[in-house]
Amino acid sequence: MKIADNTRFCIILLISGWFILFGVTPLLLLVITSFLTMDPANLVKFSFTLKAYSQLFIEPGYIIIFTRSVKLALTTTLLCLGLGYPFAWYTARMTPKWRTSALILLMIPFWTNSLVRTYAMRMVLGTHGILNKILLSAGLIHTPLKIMYTDYAVLAGLFYLMLPFMVLPLYATVEKLNFQLVEAARDLGAGAFSTFTKIIFPLTLPGIMAGCIMVFVPTMGLYYVASLLGGARQLLVGNLIQQQFLNAGNWPLGSATSIILIIFMAVMLIGYGLLLRRFSRGRE
Amino acid sequence: MLVGSILSIGGLGKSFSGQPILQNFDLDVKASEFITLLGPSGCGKTTLLRIIAGFERPDTGTILLDGKDLLSLPAEKRKVNTVFQSYALFPHLTVFNNVAFGLKIKKIKGRELQTRVEQALGQVKMKEFAERYPHQLSGGQQQRVAMARAIVNRPKILLLDEPLSALDARLRREMQIELKKLQREIGISFIFVTHDQEEALSMSDRILVMQEGRIAQLGTPRQVYEEPENLYVARFIGDINFFPGEISKILDADQVEVTIFGRQIKAQTQRQFQPGDKVVLLLRPEDLRLYEVPPTDIKTFAGSIVERSYRGSTLDTLVRLDDGLLLTTCEFFDEDDPDFDYSVGQRVYITWVKGWEVVLPDEDC
Repeated sequence: MKIADNTRFCIILLISGWFILFGVTPLLLLVITSFLTMDPANLVKFSFTLKAYSQLFIEPGYIIIFTRSVKLALTTTLLCLGLGYPFAWYTARMTPKWRTSALILLMIPFWTNSLVRTYAMRMVLGTHGILNKILLSAGLIHTPLKIMYTDYAVLAGLFYLMLPFMVLPLYATVEKLNFQLVEAARDLGAGAFSTFTKIIFPLTLPGIMAGCIMVFVPTMGLYYVASLLGGARQLLVGNLIQQQFLNAGNWPLGSATSIILIIFMAVMLIGYGLLLRRFSRGRE
Repeated sequence: MLVGSILSIGGLGKSFSGQPILQNFDLDVKASEFITLLGPSGCGKTTLLRIIAGFERPDTGTILLDGKDLLSLPAEKRKVNTVFQSYALFPHLTVFNNVAFGLKIKKIKGRELQTRVEQALGQVKMKEFAERYPHQLSGGQQQRVAMARAIVNRPKILLLDEPLSALDARLRREMQIELKKLQREIGISFIFVTHDQEEALSMSDRILVMQEGRIAQLGTPRQVYEEPENLYVARFIGDINFFPGEISKILDADQVEVTIFGRQIKAQTQRQFQPGDKVVLLLRPEDLRLYEVPPTDIKTFAGSIVERSYRGSTLDTLVRLDDGLLLTTCEFFDEDDPDFDYSVGQRVYITWVKGWEVVLPDEDC
């Protein structure tokens, strides 16, 4: 018993230590830094100021960047949902053999480094890229489309990277859905549309919300996709943070931006939790 | 289509990956009739129900509901409702909204919606549970809600797919009686699927015994129990004893002489036989009579008691005839002799009530 107790103590210590060292401490450092004064020569100067936050809330440039990031993340989420839902639905309803193949096809790119895949997107979307070549040779267009370095390229890249995060939670809920409920709805006179809106949608809502959170939250911070595919004009919150730390040397502003982003996401997660609780009130 | 029939099935056939499930199946269901599809799992009874409901398409055949073609309609357009085996209540809706689902689809609102849902819940005694969610109900209560959700739509036919199979024995008995009462009250035709023969006997107006996608017998519970048309039905419904024999003489139009274990026995039958035909005499356990002293005026089969079991209202025994045949018998306790009993190994002499035997050709040889 003694040994078991020691082992348990060691494991708890290890986990808490890990969490404090790599979770709590950096977050605390971030919070502290966000209230300090900028000093490019020595990283920061130890004097309290709210300048970073006031800058963020007053200067319209930052608000524009933030709004654009939210808009882009939202668009990516909706795009992933729109295409991911049918994908998840049909995959879950396939025979087991086909289902495995479909899931493997979805997962293979998932295991490849996302930076590498973003570079691959450049080859596809570029002026002499694969997409333009196909469209040109098919006669659908006569001059190459300019996709690279636009919002569309960023959107395409984000969609490509984030789709599995949408499909997997959706797949999990659709797969668990009792299909007899769909039959029961039809038996009671509901057509395809009513069956979806009244039965399938509410019953898969937890999966939809989980998928949306899993796509939306990371998308806000995926700065390299915007850097590689969007160029200088498609600045997002993630790029802003990266620039403040690495280029501008404004650590307090970078920290403050991170804190705002964290708070924004925390609010979303709490909202999700509340919604889920309200929704599951009537279920086991 | 027969006069007075509400559902008319003709020549229905269905196979799954080459395996025939239903073969050339005909059935007429009368208005307000309680008809039971009885058979072991895999006999096609659930498939038949799903075809009527519109969840499966048959390969061949026609179905008419009230004289109109049913198969061309999708499930949601059919005036037929199903009570599912697992109830399939919508977990995110309250009892009230579950029952109101079908009516809301039909755009019924306000007072009418309220009254009809309440009436249906009242019919299944679930009025006070209207605001509960399905997971807050017991199995029996969920079953009632599933019934209410179906009957509130006033279907022409209600399909019930083993609705009582998930309930425990006592609750099941209760629900059988209530279901039968409800059916009489609302006057809707019920097509009830079960593999439980006791359930079928106690509830149905007619029983359809199914065997591998065909009709083995269609008749009233009494006909199916007392006059099985073949050995399959005889074996499937209730306990039964088989006396193997051979027709030795045709006596007249409804009487034959059968040789059983070397003894000539007279038997009643409407069937046509030829001398020399191999037959079996079917006798229910309660049709057999046991004597401790051999009677002098009638022919009996001698044997010994192998097992006796006290069942409260009856005394069941297992008797091994000297000819080797094992019989089950069932005798009611009698007011005159409340202490009557047998001991294992005791000699008994067996006969049966004249005319209660059923003679069938022996299919096994």
